[in-house]
Amino acid sequence: MSGGVISWIAGRRNTMLARLVSLFTVAASLVVVILFCFRQDFHSGKEWIIEYSASWIPEYGIGMHLALDGLSLLMLILTFLIGVLAILVSWNEIGENIGFFHFNILWILSGITGVFLSMDLFLFYFFWEMMLIPMYFLIGIWGHENRIYASYKFFIFTQASGLLMFLAILGLYLVHGSSSGTYTFDYQQLLGTTMSPPLEFLLMTGFLVAFLVKLPAFPFHSWLPDAHTEAPTAGSLILAALMLKTGAYGILRFAVPLFPHASVSFAPAGMVLGIAGILYGAKLAFAQTDLKRLVAYTSVSHMGFVLTGIYAFNELAGQGVVMQMIAHGISTGALFILVGQLYERLHTHDLNRMGGLWEKMPAMGAMGLLFSMASLGLPGLANFIAEFLTLAGIFKSSILFASLASLGLVAATLYSLRIVQKVFFGRKTSAITARDLTVRESLVLGIMVIAIVFAGLFPQPILDTTKQVIVKTIHVKEQTGYGYH
Amino acid sequence: MATTDFLFLFPIMVIAGAPVMMMLIIVLVRNLKVIYTSSLVMLGIALLSLFTIVPQTTHQIGSLLIIDRYGIMFLGIIFFTSMLVTVLSYEYLCKHYGEREEYFIILFVAVLGASILVIANHFVTFFLGLETLSISLYVLIAYLRSRDQCIEAGVKFLVIASLATAFLLFGMGLIYAGTGTMSFLDMAQSMAKGKPLSVLLLAGYGLIFTGVGFKLALVPFHMWAPDVYQGAPAPVTAFIATISKGAVLALALRLFANHQGHHPDTIRIVISGISILSMFTGNLLALGQTSVKRLLAYSSIAHLGYLLITLLAGTNEGIEAAIFYILVYSLNTIGAFGAISVLSEQIRDADNITDFEGLFWHNPLIAILLTLSFLSLAGIPLTAGFMSKFYLVLAGVRSGLWLLAFSLIINSAISLYYYLRVIKTMFTPTDTVKAIRLTPLTGMVLIVITFSILLLGIFPSIVTGP
Repeated sequence: MSGGVISWIAGRRNTMLARLVSLFTVAASLVVVILFCFRQDFHSGKEWIIEYSASWIPEYGIGMHLALDGLSLLMLILTFLIGVLAILVSWNEIGENIGFFHFNILWILSGITGVFLSMDLFLFYFFWEMMLIPMYFLIGIWGHENRIYASYKFFIFTQASGLLMFLAILGLYLVHGSSSGTYTFDYQQLLGTTMSPPLEFLLMTGFLVAFLVKLPAFPFHSWLPDAHTEAPTAGSLILAALMLKTGAYGILRFAVPLFPHASVSFAPAGMVLGIAGILYGAKLAFAQTDLKRLVAYTSVSHMGFVLTGIYAFNELAGQGVVMQMIAHGISTGALFILVGQLYERLHTHDLNRMGGLWEKMPAMGAMGLLFSMASLGLPGLANFIAEFLTLAGIFKSSILFASLASLGLVAATLYSLRIVQKVFFGRKTSAITARDLTVRESLVLGIMVIAIVFAGLFPQPILDTTKQVIVKTIHVKEQTGYGYH
Repeated sequence: MATTDFLFLFPIMVIAGAPVMMMLIIVLVRNLKVIYTSSLVMLGIALLSLFTIVPQTTHQIGSLLIIDRYGIMFLGIIFFTSMLVTVLSYEYLCKHYGEREEYFIILFVAVLGASILVIANHFVTFFLGLETLSISLYVLIAYLRSRDQCIEAGVKFLVIASLATAFLLFGMGLIYAGTGTMSFLDMAQSMAKGKPLSVLLLAGYGLIFTGVGFKLALVPFHMWAPDVYQGAPAPVTAFIATISKGAVLALALRLFANHQGHHPDTIRIVISGISILSMFTGNLLALGQTSVKRLLAYSSIAHLGYLLITLLAGTNEGIEAAIFYILVYSLNTIGAFGAISVLSEQIRDADNITDFEGLFWHNPLIAILLTLSFLSLAGIPLTAGFMSKFYLVLAGVRSGLWLLAFSLIINSAISLYYYLRVIKTMFTPTDTVKAIRLTPLTGMVLIVITFSILLLGIFPSIVTGP
């Protein structure tokens, strides 16, 4: 089984090196990977479903340690699903340098896969940085007008924060090494390192900065609207649906378990940041005239729920966070796809130049309506489950925060309805002649509809998959023995 | 001298004999290709002979030279880098006319100077090596006499280097007056006794460090670097940036790190200050450059600033980190200058950033090499530069140099901007297509550099392990 993990990566590297491999082969190989994921048995009681470990740079205690548990598995399924869709979406959009484009897409995907699998902090950082360069190229080469600025901003924000995390990783490595005598980057050995509270807090801050920038949490979100807006559709899709999740995953997997005491004391601040993100993101989303920017800001708002949920430290909120990660990946991803499709037809992102498109494109309108509803949390769709669980969890730990966070739902209703109203209804601004959805586009959106409805109606399999991990993570609070109320 | 001494000195003697042999060859037949081939062969012999003498113990020759693993590692780096430079120089010289054969002779003399520096154990050999290196560099920099810039750069370097030499000599004199010895080991012993340094010695060390600082182009002694980098022919610039600086740094490490961190506080503070200043100045000034050669000059100032961390760490780990860093940095720099020299024309070097526009779309091989070199200089994972920075930071942090490590991190983020700017240019589509012919050997060298950057980035153990 461990060989399987390696062969994913190795096999995928090979396709990447053969850069001119056709789109179809790539998509097919990704589908195979997804099928492989589904065949795993994730109901066993073991901690890891698959584990693989080999030494890499033994002098410094760096190992090639990969492991898969419920949370990573779920994230991997999402990764490959979105990966396939990203390739399908860019079928017509990308006309130049197709080989290099796909090289970058696959490189990003493998970086993200690595992030979700690494159990060695050095390896984790390695993958974490590995996905940045191709993303930079993706935005910088195939993006829209202002792409150069956006790609710099994206890169420097994430890279600088990543370097801080790296320093924190080194700090943790040394602290662990000097207290226990073994210098290692291995996650499981580093768990439970004892250190003085100020030091723990300092190191946690290093990790958190990287994760919060990636998430992105208020006030580190300013790279996101630019990067999302300027990236090609596939880029925005991967950014929104996958890269933001690596931040949340990082907090769940690394920041909280490695620094339990500091995390508990940071929790109120984390929740405040999350709520600020929810409200501020929603407000800015409502004020945008650029459709893609609007969707980008909704991400900030939705990720606020994730952050608040994580720091509520209870099982309900934890489950909600995982649901939110999946649901946001699908719904926001779908909205970005729709925006991309509109752009292909109308060559604009400006809301004021759209309107009355329902008549011309009823199918697309219906899709738009559905995903906007998902974004505002309509019952029956995955986002509802996610937000409901998160809010219920937050309510348990703080009534004030829960009520503030639920204001975010009202705001979400406002901006989501505004999308539908401005784009599909309203006054017709000009005589637009545009096709409705093509078969390929319907296929892409159809997959997402199925996914989001399924997750909305039958959330239980997803919750079961990650239950073990979440319970373990949020137990942090009980273990540390002191909390806040 | 015993026979074993000759055995250990064999590589050096090959290098020293090569210029003589080549001069004789020129007398018989003046042909660029012959000279080029023979210099490659000589360097190859010298490099291979290193493997036969890897000693288990340190071997001292008189009190002047010392041959240990450390020195051998550096000799290996120097010979290997020289081979790369030689290949690039040939490609570059093919575009020019006139008497080009002597270039390789002078190059060998410079290599000889650098090799003596890394195994020097005494002020005399230190000075001898440094002067041999510097004097041949004046000639090399000004080699293309038809270009005004070259002459200007040569003269600038001459003036600055002589000044630095004066500082060095004065410093050596003061230290000799203070300790009564010119051998590094004896000096280290007298330092390690823990007595506070007398003003005389402190001034001596300060002056020596000034001289070394000039050679390494550390802030505030860095003014010459951009002009010389820009004016000199691209392969020569590569030589200055890698071999010359590497050898001087190797010597500084031997001189200062011998004390295993027993530096008095004043020296520590000064070195830290210079290191941080170099990092920031180099990176900030590089931001606005439009000439890639100047940009690399400023980036090298910053990189040398990073390397000073190892000087302060003084541990074995720090020295290993330094060796690895210099190796990787040499590869990156040769990669970058290699691409520049391949793209250069007879009239001028391709050092303007616009020369790289759209390179990726019409010359993917060179562009990939250049992209990797720059990413590696920036320290992005998967390239060797990342690993070398990792070792450096780790060595620094282990010796408690948090401030320096932190400013290295900040500077890595700053430096990304200008490295990315060059990379971005290469991916900008253009209409002008410039066809570039590569000789097979040059192409091979470029591919070797590309692969070693990747290989060292993924499996650094192959070098650091044994």
